[in-house]
Amino acid sequence: MADFALQLFIGAFNGISIGSVLLIAALGLAIVFGLMGVINLAHGELMMLGAYATFFVQNIFNGWGDPWAQMYTIAAIPVAFVVTALVGLILERGVIRFLYGRPLETLLATWGVSLILRQFVRTTVSTRNVDVTAPAWLRGGIQIPTGAVPIQLPYARIFIIILTIICVVGVYFFLNRSSWGLRIRAVTQNRPMSACLGIPTAQVDALTFALGSGLAGVAGCAITLLGSVGPNTGQNYIIDTFMVVVVGGVGNLFGSIISAMVIGIVTYLIGSGTFATLLNPVEWLQPVVGFFNFFADSSMAKVMVFGLIIAFLQVRPAGIFPPKGRAVEL
Amino acid sequence: MVQPNFGRRKFLLYGTAALGTSILLKACGAPPEEGSTTTPDEGDTTSTPSGDGDTIKVGILHSLSGTMAISETTVVDAEKLAIKEINAAGGVLGKQIEAIIEDGESDWPTFAEKAGKLIDQDQVAVVFGCWTSASRKAVLDVFESKDHMLWYPVQYEGQECSQNVFYTGAAPNQQIEPAVEWLLKNKGKQFFLVGSDYVFPRTANTVIKEQLKALGGETVGEDYLPLGNTEVTPIITRIQQALPDGGVIFNTLNGDSNVAFFKQMQGAGLGPDKYPVMSVSVAEEEVRQIGPEFLKGHYASWNYFQTVKTPENEKWVADFKAEYGDDRVTNDPMEAAYIMVYLWKQAVEEAGSTDIEAVRAAAVGQTFDAPEGKVTMNANHHISKTVRIGEIMEDGMFEIVYETDGPIDPQPWNQFVPDTKGYGCDWTDPAKGERYKMEA
Amino acid sequence: MTAEGLSSIQQKKAIATRRLLIEGIAIIVFGIILMGVIPSILPAFQLKLLGRFLSLAIVALGVDLIWGYTGLLSLGQGIFFALGGYGLAMHLSLQLPEGQIPSFFSLYGVEKLPFFWYPYYSFPLTLILIVVVPGIVAGILGYVVFRNRIKGVYFSILTQAALLVFFNFFNGQQKLINGTNGLKTDTAELFGQVVGSPRMQWMFYQYTVLALIAVYLLCRWLTSGRFGRLLVAIRDDENRVRFSGYDPTWFKVLVFAVSGAIAGIAGALSTIQSGIITPSEMEVAFSIEIVIWVAVGGRATLVGALIGTLLVQYARVTLSAKFPEAWLFFQGFLFLLVVTVLPDGIIGWLTAFIWPKVRSRFGFTAPIMTYPSLETDPEVLAEREQLTKPK
Repeated sequence: MADFALQLFIGAFNGISIGSVLLIAALGLAIVFGLMGVINLAHGELMMLGAYATFFVQNIFNGWGDPWAQMYTIAAIPVAFVVTALVGLILERGVIRFLYGRPLETLLATWGVSLILRQFVRTTVSTRNVDVTAPAWLRGGIQIPTGAVPIQLPYARIFIIILTIICVVGVYFFLNRSSWGLRIRAVTQNRPMSACLGIPTAQVDALTFALGSGLAGVAGCAITLLGSVGPNTGQNYIIDTFMVVVVGGVGNLFGSIISAMVIGIVTYLIGSGTFATLLNPVEWLQPVVGFFNFFADSSMAKVMVFGLIIAFLQVRPAGIFPPKGRAVEL
Repeated sequence: MVQPNFGRRKFLLYGTAALGTSILLKACGAPPEEGSTTTPDEGDTTSTPSGDGDTIKVGILHSLSGTMAISETTVVDAEKLAIKEINAAGGVLGKQIEAIIEDGESDWPTFAEKAGKLIDQDQVAVVFGCWTSASRKAVLDVFESKDHMLWYPVQYEGQECSQNVFYTGAAPNQQIEPAVEWLLKNKGKQFFLVGSDYVFPRTANTVIKEQLKALGGETVGEDYLPLGNTEVTPIITRIQQALPDGGVIFNTLNGDSNVAFFKQMQGAGLGPDKYPVMSVSVAEEEVRQIGPEFLKGHYASWNYFQTVKTPENEKWVADFKAEYGDDRVTNDPMEAAYIMVYLWKQAVEEAGSTDIEAVRAAAVGQTFDAPEGKVTMNANHHISKTVRIGEIMEDGMFEIVYETDGPIDPQPWNQFVPDTKGYGCDWTDPAKGERYKMEA
Repeated sequence: MTAEGLSSIQQKKAIATRRLLIEGIAIIVFGIILMGVIPSILPAFQLKLLGRFLSLAIVALGVDLIWGYTGLLSLGQGIFFALGGYGLAMHLSLQLPEGQIPSFFSLYGVEKLPFFWYPYYSFPLTLILIVVVPGIVAGILGYVVFRNRIKGVYFSILTQAALLVFFNFFNGQQKLINGTNGLKTDTAELFGQVVGSPRMQWMFYQYTVLALIAVYLLCRWLTSGRFGRLLVAIRDDENRVRFSGYDPTWFKVLVFAVSGAIAGIAGALSTIQSGIITPSEMEVAFSIEIVIWVAVGGRATLVGALIGTLLVQYARVTLSAKFPEAWLFFQGFLFLLVVTVLPDGIIGWLTAFIWPKVRSRFGFTAPIMTYPSLETDPEVLAEREQLTKPK
């Protein structure tokens, strides 16, 4: 029984850690897409810029030697936030501002921006990936004694989960408790009226987009702990983050949280073959087991997860928490 | 919501300014890794590859952009260095080599398109190119239908022996099979196979599974990650379930996935003491990009490491660093690319011309004192290579823990896979050709 | 309706017929040039390139149909393109002696042909499947999406997700369809001739031109008359269309299925001229690029799709040969340019700015179409006299 509980805990941890990576990546997009209706296909590239900012901070701090070199991750988070927020600001003022109310055009324009950003990084830094190594205290993990080889919960993943929680709580408090958050929500709900009441809508837009971009930068810092940093890093995350936001219901922070966790857990369960192992003992479920085994490698697991998302969107096209109202369309 | 008109003139101005600046930036401050393109001759109507005039044109076809650019740009550098050295020493047949570099854009149909262009439009004498098996297979038809010649420098999955290709990378029996044998002897009998989802890992794993069966090992699991995917947690869980007490992991992941894999393996506590990982796509360049901290104590199987102790290698590494920078490293595909240019040069000089048929015949039997040791071109268009296994050290270099006594002959048709067991390839004998049954 | 009113309607009809005639002649001339003149001046390699670009223009026509006219931005046309391409490649891979299966299967230890390969043994059936399979897949996807009134950006993202599903599936299934390596066509034989030979490639070029003209006529027919106006209405205000009593769902499904079939044809033609089809045709970047060709040329103008495709493709070939890095910058800026400065594309810009200038240079003023009663109103006529009086 204890063993089963342990397995469950470990499974839950793994699922939640995958989900938290998705969530922190999708948080910025949820704000930009949810509050402003702007499709930002350059979101992945903003994450990539955050990761590169982390790389540069790492190099600087490594130059100063220990103990500074150990702290670089903490310092990299605000740096990544500021850098990508600035880039987002430029993007908003330069391009997005003229495309409000035309989401399809924004989609194309931001795709163009993503191409430019990628190529920019390739020409200025390098086409090759760069090495971002976590400081020693983030490598390794908490040991849980089970059997001969202890299972280890990686510190990096725990760090990311904590960072995600901080970001989500921070965004919540910013949006719901601060005056600028109030202005953002007002402009989202009724732009003309907000303008009439004296809220500087243009500044609010710029701030919202910068916030979303900054969060993308923080996500970029987080993913350096898990994977490679290179010009194409953003492309690995962009579609997944869009799925999280769309499934969660546009404009709903809570929905994004739920959908990220659910998608993370489902991806884990299918990819690691846990579904198959759980159902194995049951005789009449064998064909189902065979079906799940076919999808058990990570390649096919992705197919299945997306298939499930598309199926889910048939049932609830507006996501888990659709925006309330009496609109004829989404 | 009506927004103020942007002002087309302003935008066009800024747009062209940005574009112009970017081209200028690229042209002026170009680091040596950029591919320089010489404009192809228009209206060159000679039907034989251009051996007339005072330059000989060769084609270089690799991905200079896209996901594969990470690896392939280093190979282009090695080829350019070889060409530069040959030109400095007088060129081939007294003529200078002119390299026409094309970008495959990590897109296989583009590879086929550019291969056609190099052969038909630029009329090159030979093409040095490709990295992924997909790109090689994409251009194979072009080279075979036009009866041209491709030299391919990367280790691959075998099961191919084209008359129009010369392979200077390792076949599975020169890289994978010796690694499996060494692992069985030194590390354990239970293997978990992890790879990226494309033909090389799939075929390589077929070979490994058959070999393990024949030699008394056991395959406990097999998993494939889509290219570029970075979520490794499910695979780690499966490894832990299949090998609770530790075991050998054979890694054929490629590209970005390797970074994620090693970082997350260490995070999950699967270290090289209980879970040694043998990789065949991780070389010095990748170690640098992943970070030696995550790779310390793991292994890789290649024919060449930068730490190989031969006088040729010491000279080559020094020359390479002098040309491209002290922080650069050399690895196996780069070395294979470097030597294939020399092998081709030797073949041309023996044949006395750049005519494809003559060079092809002259290439077989060529030997070269390569940085990896002596190599010989076999009749099956592959070269015999020394096999080495290296352990990754803290400084990012490999310590060679195993080395064969001499070069191993290549077997393009794998002798463990039932479908190709007993077959060989011999292009010097018209009766044998691509695939013939060898006598026992 | 007054006599003058009637004559103005007849006038409009005459103008319309004259336009149709000019267009028909233009198409014929264009066809003759492409089929007869161009092959004799271009070397075989360039001809192959042009043929491939023309087949891409066919896909662009399909995208113009659904995006330019119906407002459905599909970022997943690569699915249908690849389905068509794979269909033809599968048939060509099966041109083997009796009992043999394509050689790549042996790499994975597969002995028996997977079941879905069997229909592709026969050529006529393959031709039908190239059109029908993508069309049906598009129809099903479209029905499932439009029935739930998913549109706009959600639709685009959904098509991207569907694209990724197909991409990952094809990429991962080495045993079924050779995965990442794809299928090759150049060495196969069709009607006794090797596909890669110059003669066959010349024929496929001709077929591509014919297919382009046929698809153009089909799109022209679909977008003219009431059906075309309905499509434009759906693009402009779908809710009003619904309130007016039409069910937009079926129209959208039909148009989407047609564009899928068109993409399938284009995929087959493009595959046979480039010699290989791989899952990379189902990558996100390629599908989004198709949209940009249409945008550059001009949405809602069928000719724009063709011109945009050719322009961008030739720019790519030229730029990526000389400056590989600059090409990607250029492509990015093209996206930005097209949505901000040139929303109507090149054709739109020409029609709005250049054409009137040319006309006025030659002394023709554009006929002003107004309400019939205005044509006969004496005040308006007097004003018009005053304004157009030569100064």
